[in-house]
Amino acid sequence: MRARPATARAGQKATDVRYQPGFFTVALVCLIVLYAPIFVLVGLSFNANTVVTSWTGFTLDWFAKAVQNDDFYSAAANTLTISLSATVFSTMLATAAALGTTRGQPWRGQGAAYMTISLPLMVPEIITAVATLAFFSLLASVFGINFGIGNLIIAHTVFCIPFAYMPIRARLEDMDLTLDYAAADLYATPWATFWRITLPLLLPGIIAGAALAFIVSFDDFTITQLVAGPGQTTLPIYIWAKIRRPLTPEVNAMCTVLLMISVFFVSFSAFIGGRRR
Amino acid sequence: MLDNTKVPGLAIDRVGKVFQQAGKPDFRALDDVSLTIRPNEFFTLLGPSGCGKTTLLRMIAGFEHPSEGEIRLDGDPITGLPPNRRPVNTVFQNYALFPHLSVAANIGFGLEMLKKPRAEIEATVAQMLRLVRMEEMADRKTSQISGGQQQRVALARALAPRPRVLLLDEPLSALDLKLRKEMQIELKRMQAETGITFVFVTHDQEEALTMSDRIAVMSAGRVLQVGAPRDIYDRPANHFVANFIGDSNFLTGTVVEMSAGLVSIRLVNGAVLEASVPSSVTFGATATVVVRPEHAVLAAPGEGVIAGEVETVIYFGTDTHFHIRTGEGATFIVRQQNRRGDAAVAQRGEAVSIHLPPGVATVLAGEA
Ligand SMILES: Nc1ncnc2c1ncn2[C@@H]1O[C@H](COP(=O)(O)OP(=O)(O)OP(=O)(O)O)[C@@H](O)[C@H]1O
Ligand SMILES: [Mg+2]
Repeated sequence: MRARPATARAGQKATDVRYQPGFFTVALVCLIVLYAPIFVLVGLSFNANTVVTSWTGFTLDWFAKAVQNDDFYSAAANTLTISLSATVFSTMLATAAALGTTRGQPWRGQGAAYMTISLPLMVPEIITAVATLAFFSLLASVFGINFGIGNLIIAHTVFCIPFAYMPIRARLEDMDLTLDYAAADLYATPWATFWRITLPLLLPGIIAGAALAFIVSFDDFTITQLVAGPGQTTLPIYIWAKIRRPLTPEVNAMCTVLLMISVFFVSFSAFIGGRRR
Repeated sequence: MLDNTKVPGLAIDRVGKVFQQAGKPDFRALDDVSLTIRPNEFFTLLGPSGCGKTTLLRMIAGFEHPSEGEIRLDGDPITGLPPNRRPVNTVFQNYALFPHLSVAANIGFGLEMLKKPRAEIEATVAQMLRLVRMEEMADRKTSQISGGQQQRVALARALAPRPRVLLLDEPLSALDLKLRKEMQIELKRMQAETGITFVFVTHDQEEALTMSDRIAVMSAGRVLQVGAPRDIYDRPANHFVANFIGDSNFLTGTVVEMSAGLVSIRLVNGAVLEASVPSSVTFGATATVVVRPEHAVLAAPGEGVIAGEVETVIYFGTDTHFHIRTGEGATFIVRQQNRRGDAAVAQRGEAVSIHLPPGVATVLAGEA
């Protein structure tokens, strides 16, 4: 009698990866490899010594210096302009795409549309970057069109769409289609149904999608580096340029600021996405 | 055609529905369905799973378009109207309450969409909450109430805009037996109080019999019989209806004598039986008659028309079922009501006979 629960648990243990020998060690090594450099970077941004590699005391000077740096400021302003615009546009387009590929009558090519929207996630970014650069060069040389910072906003909007699309689509697929029928049955026009029923229920997905799009755009390097014109430096590019000069903890401070912004948005989207589940 | 006589009620006129499926042959879900549902009627669509009940309901609501035929409400064609412009509301099988709105906001949604004044919406919502006895729950989220309560909110939400027709798609199927019985009575009460036409879908024949003014029995996309519960039970039109509604015994014989509404049938075992006929039969033709188990009576051997042996005795509390193996090798079911203190009328293995009092047998139409 006593033996049964014990064997049951042993059976469970055999298939549960957490009870495999060495699991704890492997997990610990992975976590350290992943996070230790980040903690070191954050820690060194408080280092009083100008030489990055030796700790001499605590200071907030590097943050003050970073914040007073005009170039950092204009890079931050560019980044926010581009990321926020790209987030708004890509989220709107992704929402429309998600509605189009999950709602209404199934249509020929629906599967192909889904593939096309999500494919850029799998294309190496450098290829997208070169293609985007070629596209804008063509526009400029053949038609004489240059949108200035708009070029970057367009490029970012385009590559953010699949990131915004995924959580929105997931949320839509979870949603009960009969709710739309019920609204129509209760005299709601298609437009009213969208505003009163679909959109409020979809909102967690839209917010999660927007947060993801923002993060992806915010720290994009490859595409921005190729497409950006003079005076269109963003934070990642500015930091990269600074690293090539003698390295000071000021860069660490800037990275810490970036990291905090990223962590904030990821937590925010996780929080919103986790609610109402 | 001149349509100056506005027929009140809901008319379903030779409606058919064919579903086109990619890579598969077309599927005919409804075939030539014609029904006239009167105002303030409790009308039930009854049939086995997949017979097209939901499809028909969705076409009345406007979610699906008929491939053929027309649907008219009080004489006006509504086939071309989108769902939001039809004075028809639905209680969905899974209720489909809006999870982000409170109970009261759910009930008021239809009126709000109809742009009614705020005061009127509030008054109607309060009245509906009273009707479904949910006054205390007005501000709850719909996820914070029980299944039966959700069902009542769905009902109140559909009734609040005072539709001309209320469609109910198996609204009770998710409830347990006791709650189901309670809700059946509630539904009847609400229908009487509101005077709205109810079109009710179920595959539970007992529910259909107890609640309906009239029933349409459907099978494989066709309507087999329309009538009051009594008509359908006592005079089933064919083998399928007889089998689907209640238990039935079928006997085959030859027509040997005919008079007004009655015929004599000579059974295979030679016994002659009087049966009522809903439609005409021809002299000398083979006919199938149906006898309900509760209308047959067990008798001593030799007294009844059919001889047999008791095969199984099943006790049901209110009554007992006897499965009798007849001389022809068929099984005939006799149901007898239990009275207090009675021992079983017959034991397993006992030789008995089946007595069929006059008028209990009905000839099935169109059966060879
Ligand atoms: N969109 C569709 N495409 C193809 N076939 C369909 C579609 N909708 C329904 N059908 C088919 O039509 C038939 C009738 O379906 P319907 O939902 O009306 O059945 P029902 O009588 O409501 O059954 P149940 O009691 O199981 O709810 C079924 O065989 C079903 O498979
Ligand atoms: Mg159904």
